[in-house]
Amino acid sequence: MSWIEDLISPKTRKWEEFYHNRFQHDKTVRSTHGVNCTGGCSWNIHVKDGIVVWETQALDYPLLEKSLPPYEPRGCQRGISYSWYLYSPIRVKYPLIRGALVDLFREEKRKTGDPVIAWQNIQSNPKKRKRYQNARGKGGFRRIKWDEALEIIGAANISTVKKYGPDRIIGFSPIPAMSMISYAAGSRFLQLMGGVNLSFYDWYCDLPNSYPEVWGEQTDVCESADWYNSKFIAVMGANLGMTRTPDVHFFSESRHNGTKTVVLSPDFSMVSKYADQWIPLHAGQDGAFWMAVTHVILKEFHYDKKIEYFIDYVKKYTDCPFLVELVKDKDGYVAGKMLRANKVKQYEKIENGDWKFLNIDEKSGELVCPGGSSGHRWDGKDGNWNMKYEDAENGKKYEPVLSLIDKNDEICQVTFDDFSKTKKSQRGVPVKHIDTLNGKVTVATIYDVLMAQYGIDRGLGGDYPTSYNDNEQTYTPAWQELYTGISKETVIQFAREWSVTAEKTNGKCMIIIGAGINHWFHNNLIYRAGTMALIFTGCVGKNGGGINHYVGQEKLAPMDSWGSIMSGKDWQPAVRLQQAPIWHYINSDQWRYDGNQADYNTVPENELSQQHTADLVAKAVKNGWMPFYPQYNKSNLDIVKDAQNDGAIEDDDIKKHIVDKLKSKELIHSVTDPDNEINFPRVWFIWRGNALMSSAKGHEYFLKHYLGTHHNDVAEESGKDFVKDLIWKDKGAEGKMDLVVDLNFRMDTSALYSDIVLPAASWYEKSDLNSTDMHSFIHPLDAAIPPVWEAKSDWEIFREIAKSTSKLAETHMPDPVKDVVNVPLQHDTKAEISQTDIKDWSKGECEPIPGKTMHGLAIVERDYTQIYNKFISLGENIRNGLGAHGNSYQCEDIYEEMLEDRDHVQEINGVTYPSLKDDREACEAIMQLSTLTNGELSHRAYVNAEKRTGMKLTDLIDGSQEKRISYKDLQIQPQRYNNSPLWSGLMNNGRAYTAYSYNVERLVPWRTLTGRQHLYLDHEGYIKFGENLPTYKPSPKPEAYGELKVSVAEGKARVLNVLTPHGKWHIHSTYGDTLRMLSLSRGMEPCWLSETDADEMGIEDNDWVEVFNDNGVYCTRACVSSRIPKGICIVYHSPERTYTQPKSQVRGNRRGGGHNSFTRVHLKPNLLMGGYGQFTFHFNYWGPVGVNRDTHVIVKKMTKVVF
Amino acid sequence: MDIRSQIGMVFHLDKCIGCHTCSIACKNIWTDRKGAEYMWWNNVETKPGTGYPTKWEDQGIYKGGWEKLGKSLKLAGAGKAKGIGNIFHNPNMPTVGDYYEPWTYNYENLFNAPEGDDQPVARPISLITGENIDVMAGPNWDDDLSGSKDYARQDVNLDKVTEQEKEAMFQLERMAMFYLPRICNHCLNPACVAACPSGAIYKRGEDGIVLINQNKCRAWRMCVTACPYKKSYYNWKGGKSEKCILCFPRLESGQIPACMHSCVGRIRYLGAMLYDADRIKEIATCDETEIVRKQREIYLDPFDEKVIAEAKKNGIADSTIEAAQKSPVWKFVKKWEIALPLHPEFRTMPNLFYVPPLLPAMASVENSKYRSTSESLWAGIEKSRLPAEYLASLFSAGNTGVINNVLKKLMAVRLHRRDVTVGDLSDKEIEFALKDTGLTGEIADDIFRLTSLPRYNERFIIPPAHKEEAKELLINTDDLKGGGGFGFKTGTERIP
Repeated sequence: MSWIEDLISPKTRKWEEFYHNRFQHDKTVRSTHGVNCTGGCSWNIHVKDGIVVWETQALDYPLLEKSLPPYEPRGCQRGISYSWYLYSPIRVKYPLIRGALVDLFREEKRKTGDPVIAWQNIQSNPKKRKRYQNARGKGGFRRIKWDEALEIIGAANISTVKKYGPDRIIGFSPIPAMSMISYAAGSRFLQLMGGVNLSFYDWYCDLPNSYPEVWGEQTDVCESADWYNSKFIAVMGANLGMTRTPDVHFFSESRHNGTKTVVLSPDFSMVSKYADQWIPLHAGQDGAFWMAVTHVILKEFHYDKKIEYFIDYVKKYTDCPFLVELVKDKDGYVAGKMLRANKVKQYEKIENGDWKFLNIDEKSGELVCPGGSSGHRWDGKDGNWNMKYEDAENGKKYEPVLSLIDKNDEICQVTFDDFSKTKKSQRGVPVKHIDTLNGKVTVATIYDVLMAQYGIDRGLGGDYPTSYNDNEQTYTPAWQELYTGISKETVIQFAREWSVTAEKTNGKCMIIIGAGINHWFHNNLIYRAGTMALIFTGCVGKNGGGINHYVGQEKLAPMDSWGSIMSGKDWQPAVRLQQAPIWHYINSDQWRYDGNQADYNTVPENELSQQHTADLVAKAVKNGWMPFYPQYNKSNLDIVKDAQNDGAIEDDDIKKHIVDKLKSKELIHSVTDPDNEINFPRVWFIWRGNALMSSAKGHEYFLKHYLGTHHNDVAEESGKDFVKDLIWKDKGAEGKMDLVVDLNFRMDTSALYSDIVLPAASWYEKSDLNSTDMHSFIHPLDAAIPPVWEAKSDWEIFREIAKSTSKLAETHMPDPVKDVVNVPLQHDTKAEISQTDIKDWSKGECEPIPGKTMHGLAIVERDYTQIYNKFISLGENIRNGLGAHGNSYQCEDIYEEMLEDRDHVQEINGVTYPSLKDDREACEAIMQLSTLTNGELSHRAYVNAEKRTGMKLTDLIDGSQEKRISYKDLQIQPQRYNNSPLWSGLMNNGRAYTAYSYNVERLVPWRTLTGRQHLYLDHEGYIKFGENLPTYKPSPKPEAYGELKVSVAEGKARVLNVLTPHGKWHIHSTYGDTLRMLSLSRGMEPCWLSETDADEMGIEDNDWVEVFNDNGVYCTRACVSSRIPKGICIVYHSPERTYTQPKSQVRGNRRGGGHNSFTRVHLKPNLLMGGYGQFTFHFNYWGPVGVNRDTHVIVKKMTKVVF
Repeated sequence: MDIRSQIGMVFHLDKCIGCHTCSIACKNIWTDRKGAEYMWWNNVETKPGTGYPTKWEDQGIYKGGWEKLGKSLKLAGAGKAKGIGNIFHNPNMPTVGDYYEPWTYNYENLFNAPEGDDQPVARPISLITGENIDVMAGPNWDDDLSGSKDYARQDVNLDKVTEQEKEAMFQLERMAMFYLPRICNHCLNPACVAACPSGAIYKRGEDGIVLINQNKCRAWRMCVTACPYKKSYYNWKGGKSEKCILCFPRLESGQIPACMHSCVGRIRYLGAMLYDADRIKEIATCDETEIVRKQREIYLDPFDEKVIAEAKKNGIADSTIEAAQKSPVWKFVKKWEIALPLHPEFRTMPNLFYVPPLLPAMASVENSKYRSTSESLWAGIEKSRLPAEYLASLFSAGNTGVINNVLKKLMAVRLHRRDVTVGDLSDKEIEFALKDTGLTGEIADDIFRLTSLPRYNERFIIPPAHKEEAKELLINTDDLKGGGGFGFKTGTERIP
């Protein structure tokens, strides 16, 4: 075309420098975003004229196997928005304090001249206390100097320790892996003080309880590259495009490599778009679907075809061949506990015989005691903790009997619960009668019990379903139609394709799962239902297989060395790590609003299952199943002093004194009297997280009971008639917290409601480390620029708080004191074989024995003048070695080596220590001392593991023994870390990490009762709550859940199930307030409604609506979409109440809240059990989780919008 | 023959996540300033939907692109002559309302609010007027079928499907959506260039990038109307029009455009193609049904000796020819014919090509039970949730045959790879699929590799820029090396 000419002339193109100039910049620095998105993406931060201008993704991840797509690039729309925050108007630039508080403090300090006394005077004056508590969240911030802020915080710390003891000082910070040094900063400070860290993974409801149940593992999953190895991927409760943005390419790339992809999701979600098949089952009914899938798998591939690979797999790697006792109850036989080895004559005297279990040998028909059980793990004798087909007690080889169908003594009719229809079925099971020391007992293999539970009719008589079309009996394809709305044909085809794929590929079927499932009340059952389909087809511990749960950046790779530094264990033996869900349930008084859990939790009727959750929490605390801090209705320092005054000298005398006081009930556990001011938590540090909004299930109860300020809950208290062990006060205490301190780079909801806000360095302004489940690299956060304005890194802030606290201690607590620490029974210690039955010492059912029938007691000496000195130096306990997950290794030589680096040591009271004074030094210490980043240490850990298991393992570190990764290496390029017995996936030669390949290939047991994968859970509490077998339970009914007692749907308003899955425009609440994300979304987080529901409610797209129930209200706009099914609405997690939130019409013109305004904590009681194999507490590993998916709300159109 | 080199692009829509990382990569570098807030040189749309600016595809409203008049072409809306006559009133231009009124929030209130009886909050305020604003539209307002009644159902491409099919597309068993990322197409026959009364817009000789000279632009805004993709934007503060520059400062230093660098779905490919400029008119005026096939013809085989000779004659560097030979775009567009231009009927001959998406198979609802079963492991493309007419309206000027061919090829590749990696399907099914699409196992493997496994340096082949030559025409290179960058930064009207 004549008018279109290509232009070359440099002269006319000189103007092009207009854009050249913009692009030119001075440097790039590698960093990342510590935001618990699980992405763990490496970024290049671009700096121009000393200003961060933009960020681009790093592309230089080391390559894995050639057959796998590369990791580059990683990083999403949210991460790339981060630079907006640095200089934005929402940035916290200076220390801020609530005006009302600082006025009171200054006045008192002027009067007394002493900050600690000043603080005490405010706290002892109810009127003054109320004055500033009531102002929380209502404006009136004032800028103050760092020194004054630190002095007030130090005064609150010392005052609290003096009056109440250190366990009233609490800290919350989530998910260390995302910036592990910053996490460690606060936790190290708190633990050196004797304070408390709240857990996060369970509180966020990210912890999949089924993992501890089945594998004794917190969570262990494949890295995202391994998705590509799968040949059949089923996705549920995870919206990969939305939430696994940097990883989802592996999913679509796998699809183009011939992998079948299926998505289970009620709404047409982003990931549904990529699937070959979208299965829109009813929300929360995934468990029913999987129970039926497994029914088809067992019927066709286990019973009809008996696929050899599948049968061999379950024999070798699961509890299926183990024997379970069938006991008679009023309805006939029911499945009870596994048969203990010491119940039979031949094993009567063996060590830990209560914790060893039995199989039948195929050849001889005799009982055998396989190695690898928890009893073998904690034996005095080494070498029997493995999964070889060998009787560990006599060395005889055996082949286990999987089913007694061909060689039984009898077919017994056994009773099974059908919770879907609340009925019982009798089904024939082949059994043997075994002579025990207590006479004959009837036993079956777990495999046979499962076949009956799943309703596989093998001609044994009883209430078996007649065919796939039988919808009366569990768990057929026709049965599941009633709950899922998905046709039986769909299920049958799915199960067949799944099984054929698994058979042809030796286990390359995978489930990718996420919060969309894990946040349901019965999440553990839904997960287990899916897991059964995987295990029965041999898909766990295989590349391309497994149930891969991605909910939170829980994988802190160098856990072994980090664990010690973060908890101050380099200085002291015991820590206070608190299970957060029970803590908030009790302390924020949400238990008062809860009725009897049995009204909404489907359970069999028995004395255990009918109790109020709070009473069960109290039992769990006293029995040592769960920790609880504050500990007692008296300062722990005073308790020890009392003991000493009564003549106790040695630690054991002090402990005995305490046990006596507990027994006589002179000393009361705080958990039973949470509204007594003596038991209040007092000082709360929040950092790296939005504790008052994002994760605050029952947010409005936090405002009321913790903060003592305005709130929007109108719920009725209904606990009074049900609780027996908790002390009921007529009014729940309000304003329990004396001081809330928030470290933040932005003004989020938590900052807005805190008393003091400290300006924290952002992720482009400090040194830190990052690791994740999604890939197998460790990489840094690094300072592209120094902290802006008056910001400081978290490490520096807590160091300075330690300094001001220690300084005040010189006057107020100059001498060392002794503290007693309650230690729960711990997983991966011998305490996991301590309680075979549920017995409550406080009710006289047994003697209180610390560490056995009750929690342990540890005596710790604290010198508050030395907190700062300890904080900045690495203590000598490191010389004794390190470890985690039951592994250990020596590292004294490395400690010595660190002392030789004279530029990085501290001289304290005449002794030299490695320095931890700045964040960079802490990074180096972790990497020097971890098996993940120091090959020699990994080798040592394998040597120890060889001893314990009797298996050859050290070859796994061949080629990497010399490898040592330093911080500088990370600045250059992300580094793939070593194989280590700390983790269960093998990564040699670029192989993708997948969980349990170590167990499957090396026969190293799982950390469970039998050492195998547990399909059967024989804890007494599980039997009584009806969850010993994989099963289906219906979701709690809204009318019983208790959140719509006061609120009514008037006019056109409707009750809907509100789902709060992770959203597209924020990672939790971060990024959601950036201009970028707000521009690309709707300027706020709307409430998504189906077209039908919206029509019925008279709501048009973009209309303002209120989303509310008795707990509170969120005001927002409607987003009406055909991709949403009727009956549910979606408010994506997690908006803030800081922007565009108008005043609520249904709550008297008070500002609306956020997505946690309409939630309240409901805990599932069987997850409290402890002291029993994999059912034993570990921080963030075990305990009830903060579910919220079953919440119902009323959605109502707003007629007037007022800001 | 008049051979030139053009940077082309392929976006693989089956891999697109709809994450918008590309949009922000671009915004951070190029449009994060006053007057440019509302510009999204790179944006991503949910389809079906009306996009940004709303209903941009509807040339009945915007009069963009070319109209065919017999054997010649004319600009549909804003010709130079017509434009000058319309200086003060150009009725075909999108208004702020069609884009959106950019806004921010009074975040300061959270810090500065005095103590009161309720919680302070940050309200939205207009970035144009500074007043409180009720947010009613944004650059991605109908994301993921937001407000589907008001937006998705109004997609102009749905005019090509029956009313019944259209309604079905919003029901469970048939529901569909996908993402369409868009940047400037750096067209071979750009309407913006033709429409500019100031002659400010040009195609760069070495790579075909279309640029608006910021010195010469006189704010006529004819390019805004003329571009049928609405990818030219008027900077209301600085009074110049601006558009995607394909990150030429990055390309010239061997880096790919920021949107492609940041594409975490790994959907984007970039590479050079040689084309015959002599054939532009002929092809731009061809019959609509032929337009996809014809546009493919203009790109020449970079291995053909004759083409190489002609290219050299035209001054195209050896390094550019080599780059064209390695170009992934060439493979997708010409060799495998699985990437298609967006709305070729606009006749601008865009250089951005899309691999259309596969979606989950259609299901049925019987007795209120949802059934999604298939005869084999995968349902055939006839069970696609998107009517071929709909995709054809987007990518082939209505020719459904073109669409079906591409989709069948994509399925054949998957069947072949299933056979290689699992082997649970019948040989007959695999053979038929390959034969039906004219693929061999080897080609299928090549397509698979470039789709699933490519590394950075396989997705992007950038022809070297030879800046030394470009600069040498101006001044001595020694001076430039030692003296480059010295001197005061001179501001523009926009950036002080």
